[in-house]
Amino acid sequence: MSDLFRVEGLTKNFGGLAVSRNISLSMPAGERLALIGPNGAGKTTFVNLVTGQIHPSAGRVVLNGEDVTKLGAVRRVRKGLVRTFQVTRLFSQMTPEEHVTLTVLQREGKANRILSRFTGHSEVVGEVESILSTLGLLDVARRRVGEIAYGQQRLLEIGIALALRPKVLLLDEPAAGVPSSDTPRIEQALERLPPSLAVLMIEHDMDLVFRFAKRVVVLAAGEIIFEGLPSEVAANEKVREAYLGNYAHARRIA
Amino acid sequence: MSASTDRRWLRDVIGIALIIAAGLAGYWLFPDNLALLTRVIAAALLVLSIDLITGYCGVATLGQASLFGAGAYAAGIACVNGITEPVTLILIGAVAGSVAGLLMGTIMLRAHGLAQLVLSIAIVQLFHEAANKASAYTGGSDGLAGLMVSPLFGMFAFDLWGRTAYLFGLALLVLVFIILKFVVSSPFGMLCRGIKQDPIRIRAMGSFVFPVLLKMFVISGAVAGMGGALAAISTQVVGLDSVSFELSANALVMLVLGGLGSLYGALVGTVIFMGFEHFVSAINPFHWMTMVGALLIAVVLAAPGGLSGLLDRFSASGHRAKRGKA
Repeated sequence: MSDLFRVEGLTKNFGGLAVSRNISLSMPAGERLALIGPNGAGKTTFVNLVTGQIHPSAGRVVLNGEDVTKLGAVRRVRKGLVRTFQVTRLFSQMTPEEHVTLTVLQREGKANRILSRFTGHSEVVGEVESILSTLGLLDVARRRVGEIAYGQQRLLEIGIALALRPKVLLLDEPAAGVPSSDTPRIEQALERLPPSLAVLMIEHDMDLVFRFAKRVVVLAAGEIIFEGLPSEVAANEKVREAYLGNYAHARRIA
Repeated sequence: MSASTDRRWLRDVIGIALIIAAGLAGYWLFPDNLALLTRVIAAALLVLSIDLITGYCGVATLGQASLFGAGAYAAGIACVNGITEPVTLILIGAVAGSVAGLLMGTIMLRAHGLAQLVLSIAIVQLFHEAANKASAYTGGSDGLAGLMVSPLFGMFAFDLWGRTAYLFGLALLVLVFIILKFVVSSPFGMLCRGIKQDPIRIRAMGSFVFPVLLKMFVISGAVAGMGGALAAISTQVVGLDSVSFELSANALVMLVLGGLGSLYGALVGTVIFMGFEHFVSAINPFHWMTMVGALLIAVVLAAPGGLSGLLDRFSASGHRAKRGKA
């Protein structure tokens, strides 16, 4: 029972269509796991199931030994199960500083206060600055999010997640849509994630996956078809077939 | 955060000073129209209350007069039954409005989008019917008339010219406005703005959405209820028109005219709309609504941020020009 986080037999059917079939996996603290798979494999559905945006048809989600399957999305976040979004969901009129401040205040149970000032809580200011500076966002901390680069918005997504002090972090394609010149910054941010945090990352950028992950899980048609070391994944016959279909057996021309 | 926060504070201090100045100017310039100006203030409170839930939370409503009317009738009924102290009546209006807000929010927040809007209309119609049928308390279609309110603080009687009522209303409006400025710039206010743009993001930040919105409905109800109570005190009557769909719709038009989500827009929109109603309808009693309609279309097409948004843009470009010269 040393696993920090575990899913058991997670299944989701939309009508007759099974988008997640009997998925089981577990993560200890400090895990760096990459979840990969071709488009439509059910990766984002898996994240939605785990974080409670949608409810499974069968199976369990267990965090810290506690079954959280029946809990809604908000309560799971409060227990430390936090996600980022594949397409950034940020408030275009607010600044990065305001995003992170709001998140920290929420975590501290102070976001509901009516007659206190939003800014200027000294204990919050320090934490917000340290999160923004770790991500290299201090320069744009007071610009509106709508005005900053997409790569910086992706970093802010991670910053918001970190401000919640998660135990398990699910990163849904953290580098999606980011110009390749900015990918190193995302990678750097991923390297600096707290060591004890269990991280599951969905990503298409294989270079990033190989550098980041200690373990890789491949999902195809809602099912886990491979689980193992990054070095083994490329050689796996099933994986090649899932990604390449019949071309997996094609021979090199040159 | 100091520089931008300081500037925002300065802006709000200037803004509030302008409201007081405009209010006092109205007192000196239109001594014969103080009753009208007091009605404008009562309506401004109603429009502010809509701005809280529509402008800051993104929940559109065409039933806000339910909350206004709840305050008006509560104050009116209390007054008929011997509670005649004006500040107490305002507080009674606020409490009644927030209870109605709690009820309305609980119902409306079950739905989304168009269904939500339709619910708001249904609610105001129900309130209207309830006020009509409960004639033992509300006077039915005759309304409550001849409310005799005691002098303010035992000193200032509510005179025939409406001076006391107007200054009392102005003070109330300024006080409410200042409090609301704090509310919308609090963590809670930020949370509401976040919900308006993306409730899923707010949930992923670990905050529930429903209780936050419901809380804003209660605050909104208190503000609208005070508006209703002020209307009852100043006009000495409470009629069915105070819980009508028409008032709700007009108030929403005033807000859109002035601009959502800044609180200033609510005031600007109310003054322009009711000014139009008064002066243009005196010139042309048949077509004033047509002109309001044309104005609304012009504003929505040319300045989607409302008239206050337009002013904002002018002042921003003036600011830039000045900085450019310096």
